[in-house]
Amino acid sequence: MRKRRWLIALLFLAPALFVLGVLVVYPTIETIRLSFFDRFGEEFVGLDNYRRMLRLDRMRTGFRNSMIWVVVFPTFVTTLGLALAVLSQKVRWRSAFRVILFMPAAIAVLSSGIIWRFMYDADPETGLLNAVANIPRAIFNPEGDYPGAAASHDGLIQEEPGDAIAQVLEIGPGGGVAMLGVLRLTDAALPAEAVQAFAPTPAGSGTITGVVWRDTTPGDNIKGIVDPAERGIPGITVEIIDSSGATVQTVRSGPDGSFDASGLDPGTYRVEIPASTFRKPWRGITWLGEDLITLSAIIAGVWIWGGFALLVIAAGLASLPQETLEAARVDGANEWQVFRRVTVPLLKPIIAVVFVALTINALKMFDLIIGIAPGSVQDDANVIALEMWRTSFTGLGDRGMGSAIAVFLFVLILPILVFNIRRFRLESDA
Amino acid sequence: MTAGVVTGTGRVGGLVRVRKWFSKSAVQIFLVVVALFWMVPGIGLLVTSFRPLEKVAESGWWTTVTSPGQLTTDNYSNLLGNDTLVDAVINTLLIAIPSTVLPILLAAAAGYALAWIDFKGRDAVFLLIVAMLMVPLQMALIPVFRIFRTVGVSGIPAVVLFHTAFGLPFAVFLMRNYFAGLPKSLMEAARIDGASEWRIFYRIVLPLGFPAIASLAIFQFTWTWNDLLVALVFSGEQKPLMVFISNRLGQFGSGIDIISAGVFVSALVPLGIFFAFQKYFEAGLLGGSVK
Repeated sequence: MRKRRWLIALLFLAPALFVLGVLVVYPTIETIRLSFFDRFGEEFVGLDNYRRMLRLDRMRTGFRNSMIWVVVFPTFVTTLGLALAVLSQKVRWRSAFRVILFMPAAIAVLSSGIIWRFMYDADPETGLLNAVANIPRAIFNPEGDYPGAAASHDGLIQEEPGDAIAQVLEIGPGGGVAMLGVLRLTDAALPAEAVQAFAPTPAGSGTITGVVWRDTTPGDNIKGIVDPAERGIPGITVEIIDSSGATVQTVRSGPDGSFDASGLDPGTYRVEIPASTFRKPWRGITWLGEDLITLSAIIAGVWIWGGFALLVIAAGLASLPQETLEAARVDGANEWQVFRRVTVPLLKPIIAVVFVALTINALKMFDLIIGIAPGSVQDDANVIALEMWRTSFTGLGDRGMGSAIAVFLFVLILPILVFNIRRFRLESDA
Repeated sequence: MTAGVVTGTGRVGGLVRVRKWFSKSAVQIFLVVVALFWMVPGIGLLVTSFRPLEKVAESGWWTTVTSPGQLTTDNYSNLLGNDTLVDAVINTLLIAIPSTVLPILLAAAAGYALAWIDFKGRDAVFLLIVAMLMVPLQMALIPVFRIFRTVGVSGIPAVVLFHTAFGLPFAVFLMRNYFAGLPKSLMEAARIDGASEWRIFYRIVLPLGFPAIASLAIFQFTWTWNDLLVALVFSGEQKPLMVFISNRLGQFGSGIDIISAGVFVSALVPLGIFFAFQKYFEAGLLGGSVK
């Protein structure tokens, strides 16, 4: 009878055990073996693969990034999930809230990565995060009318294109002449009202006459002189600044680019077109650049897995004995104390489950990096699981070192596996 | 017992109420902000998938608020006319359906034996399977790849077999635990009536296990529908959606419109499942937190 039962059990178990044996257990052992062989799995090479792996730059970056993931991601997501679980208890639309946060978990991680690649686009015109970051700038420091323009001749002072353009003048009995020539105007941006530029002449004591003009025509090699067919730039604000640095007058150029300021005391003046006229548009934060990519990917990861943490912890929260919480409140504990001294300790097992799951996720991160990191920064965003695939299945396909990386990943997960098994045995004993 | 009653004066009670109202509104506002942060990327994708390529390249999707005229369904008609993509959708289904059915069948049988047939070494077998839950699939990719090449399995069958194997530990875990919770009296009654183990499994345990099977099916289907890594390694020429999309990423800039429409199409199925079977979806996921 006992023997028969064993046979029946075997019949039920056999298909599953066969598949697991052939496609999970055997390959796991085989991977360990292959990690000591060359890239075709033919020649024994000892620890060579491991040595090469540890020296490989891409792998080092991958390991460093994976460690950043493991340290930052589970802690942040678990904390967020806990906070949101507790807070969302207090509102009536909690189930809607939880559904919204959980939705990203339904779609592919690769797709989420791509969605965030759009969000992170460096150009504030197309990337939402930079567009939002650009709002205060657009209000207080907007792009100039002639972004990136440059001074046309040596008599002018400009640190680099896009900065203020200035000329220093000595105002004597004859007055002064300012020749503010400008080059590199983007897309022939002169307004229709612009006409042939005015060629200024000295206009007497205490007066500055000047012109702001586009100092270039086809074939023009001499800069600093108003040539025929060169047009003035209208509507430019010009500041007259005295030697103490104070702006004494502000004038605007006319359709022929001319301006003048009179009633000035003799002395040295700086005639300046302020930088705001030439300010370049903001380039945006390079979220997907080599420095920020891992951080950016982790933020996307929070978006993907935050709902999972919230949901699991909220389920745990709902199962807490309400009497215990009530008792603490009746005893005069405030909400924070209840949270800190009662809720969190009671939730510890659930928090541990979430934390462990997220840690494993962090170590196995793969699709997200492919989705979010543009090809050129994939090396900088590298993680262990990604490098395992790249080494084994792209390029020449080094199966030996690929196996070594897989074993390395497995060794990192092993403590979690042991922890989980022990917890599981404790639970089933109880 | 409220603070107002304790202090006994209306004014202080009112203050406490005002403070409570404020902290409650603060929580509301905070949660609204969080919810918006979570919704915006998805909305952005949806809107982008309806915008023509030249608009996508020069301005953000939020500009459609002021100029809704730019919206078009061209991307979708282009996609439907794109044979590679239609093939990819078909391939994805051909992968996800058997990759869901097979492990559930095997796991239900195994789970029944582990829950209700008392044999020697049962706990050890179960523990071994639980341990396999945490083996990263990277540990099997290379040897399985070699095995499949030797025996000549490739494309969709290869992907399905791999998914079946790596879906099994979780499936067995879930099935066994659910079955173990069924009332013992049912099995005993059936055994006294002389029902065979197969009959008990087929007529009693399977129907009663429906909620667990449904959760598992939804979890596994979504998992395999969304999978990239296994498909990249094994699918060969029979590329599913995720491989199609990730290949497109290589040519980024030229096909943002197609990519966003593809991403959206690929998200429709799991999102539809999510909303239709939310209860089972969450149950599967909660169970899956051990994975």
